[in-house]
Amino acid sequence: MGKDKSFSSRSRAGIAVAAMALAAGGFVSGATAQEKVTIASWGGSYQDAQSKALFQPAEKATGIAVTEETYGGMSDVRLKVKAGAMTWDIVASGSGSAARAGAEGLLEPLDYEVIDVSNFYPTLKMKYCVGGDVFSTVFAWNTETYGENGPQSWADFWDVEKFPGKRAYRGKVAGALEPALMADGVPMDKVYEVLSTEEGIERALNKIRELKPHIAVWWSSGAQHAQLMKDGEVDMTTGWNGRFDVAINDGAKAAYSFNQALLDYDCFAIPKGAPNKDTAMKFLAEISKAEYQANLPKYITYGPTNKLAYEIGKIDKAVAEKLPSHPDNAKLQLPVDIEWYGKFEQKASAMYQDLVTE
Amino acid sequence: MSDLALPTSSSSLAHSNQQELKRDARQERFVLFSLCSPALLLVLIIMVLPVGWLFWLSFLGEDGNFTLENYQRMVESKSYARIFRNTFEVSLLTTAICILIGYPLAYFLSQLPRRTANLCMITVLLPFWTSLLVRTYAWLVLLQRRGLVNEWGMDIGLWDEPIKLVHNLTGTLIGMVHIMLPFLILPVYGSMRAIDRDYLKAAANLGASPTQAFWRVFFPLSLPGLFAGSLIVFVLCLGFFVTPAVLGGGKVIMVSMRIATNIELFFNWGAASALGVVLLVLTLAILGVASRVLRFDQILGRGH
Repeated sequence: MGKDKSFSSRSRAGIAVAAMALAAGGFVSGATAQEKVTIASWGGSYQDAQSKALFQPAEKATGIAVTEETYGGMSDVRLKVKAGAMTWDIVASGSGSAARAGAEGLLEPLDYEVIDVSNFYPTLKMKYCVGGDVFSTVFAWNTETYGENGPQSWADFWDVEKFPGKRAYRGKVAGALEPALMADGVPMDKVYEVLSTEEGIERALNKIRELKPHIAVWWSSGAQHAQLMKDGEVDMTTGWNGRFDVAINDGAKAAYSFNQALLDYDCFAIPKGAPNKDTAMKFLAEISKAEYQANLPKYITYGPTNKLAYEIGKIDKAVAEKLPSHPDNAKLQLPVDIEWYGKFEQKASAMYQDLVTE
Repeated sequence: MSDLALPTSSSSLAHSNQQELKRDARQERFVLFSLCSPALLLVLIIMVLPVGWLFWLSFLGEDGNFTLENYQRMVESKSYARIFRNTFEVSLLTTAICILIGYPLAYFLSQLPRRTANLCMITVLLPFWTSLLVRTYAWLVLLQRRGLVNEWGMDIGLWDEPIKLVHNLTGTLIGMVHIMLPFLILPVYGSMRAIDRDYLKAAANLGASPTQAFWRVFFPLSLPGLFAGSLIVFVLCLGFFVTPAVLGGGKVIMVSMRIATNIELFFNWGAASALGVVLLVLTLAILGVASRVLRFDQILGRGH
């Protein structure tokens, strides 16, 4: 969900992609019979990884010409659908926003006769979108402040006596309430049950209220929380694991844990009115195969959605153990409940904004 | 011409002449008016219609029917009122600080010889040529906990613990003032340059001290520029997005940021457009009241 929305990298990638699109457009216009798809994604290092691991190899294997674009999320899709001028065949999206866009009627239902998902983790696909990669919302800490014995649970994240220091927390409700409840002692498998009442949401908010004096920054993008850790602006933060890995490789003194993390996924969907819908379906079937999925971790530490990808031996053991969807890591985590977000996100978001602006 | 020479029916002639003149004037006005019609049409198409559409959208619910829910939400949820207050507070503070820094600077520049003043003006304008994002992130690097300012401050021994300069209101104001300052300095400098120095000499001649001459002659004459500049800064601040988003640390939330959130969160555009409508109406109301109190038109109308 917008993990790579850093302005500069995105616009730079946008220009590159646009240039590539122009070049590709000139190329394929001659061959009229050739099948083609246009894919819109988030840009930045994230789309780079997708392009190298999925799009380019699949283009070579299928002969389907791929044009890549960048976009700003489902609100862009809504605009194009309502204007009746859809130009994208496939969009990459966060699972939650895809679910809501699907419910709103902005997406085509996917044909799972064409797309083989028999080896997928069962929660990583739905009617309107098929999982593309798995990521986690984790807590990360500064290893200079706390050493290697950092916080081990959300309760530790909240414990400002044992772990004094500044925190950063997400400025939006997505992924913000679940940790608070776990810190408040709710077992992982009961989190969404408790959250399904207004009192439950209020309970989570009150727990965040407790921590609020220590929250120095409410972060709004993946680029931001990675930067906060790298610069030592805060001592502990929530955030997306892939971003922290990039920061750590870049010299950040940080570590993170998968314990009690939120397991979430990005997915691919076909917008309503896509000009090459059938080709898009075929293309999705191709990139959902294990051999492509196994490529992705080479470029970014987001895990494959196809379980088979772990078994065909293409992923380094050391790399595999760092991925959110690796079985050893996955079992520590709480899978994000898309249905809860469909039902409660707007309400919870209003309550959360009240809390943040208090 | 020959008509005018006839003395007999002078009154009726004068009457018809007056009518002719009136008709001519009307025609001329019409021609002049039609000359600016392309501009008017442009304003209609790119300003009036979209704003009207914005109003219209704000009354549509998720099902596309007429509803007040987008406005109701703003009344029910406490955060909206706080965000609006925040927006106006930040804009007012930024404008005030810009005036405090910008007016003396413009005065200083206006007293310099033209050549030197132009050189100094370039340094004021330089930030204009740098991307707003770059400038904003530069402030982040300077002001953060382990940033240059804090490290130098602690090295020199000015303070022991890092002080909080960013991810709060302070950081937001520093960034916004930096970006807005040229918008204030340019019109103020312009109006100061236009003031005839002989007025000040005359004031001195009549026995005014330099301070008196400044406050009673120079300052009032520079007001049109000051008002124009402040107005530009204030209105631009109201819609600011990037700087508060980066330097405010999620604690300074402005209306524009909430509009972006609502576009993502709600299915209909109405939730976001209602915010735009309220901001527009509040801004117009505040400007209306301000112009009554401060008598903009008189001050601005004085001219040179």
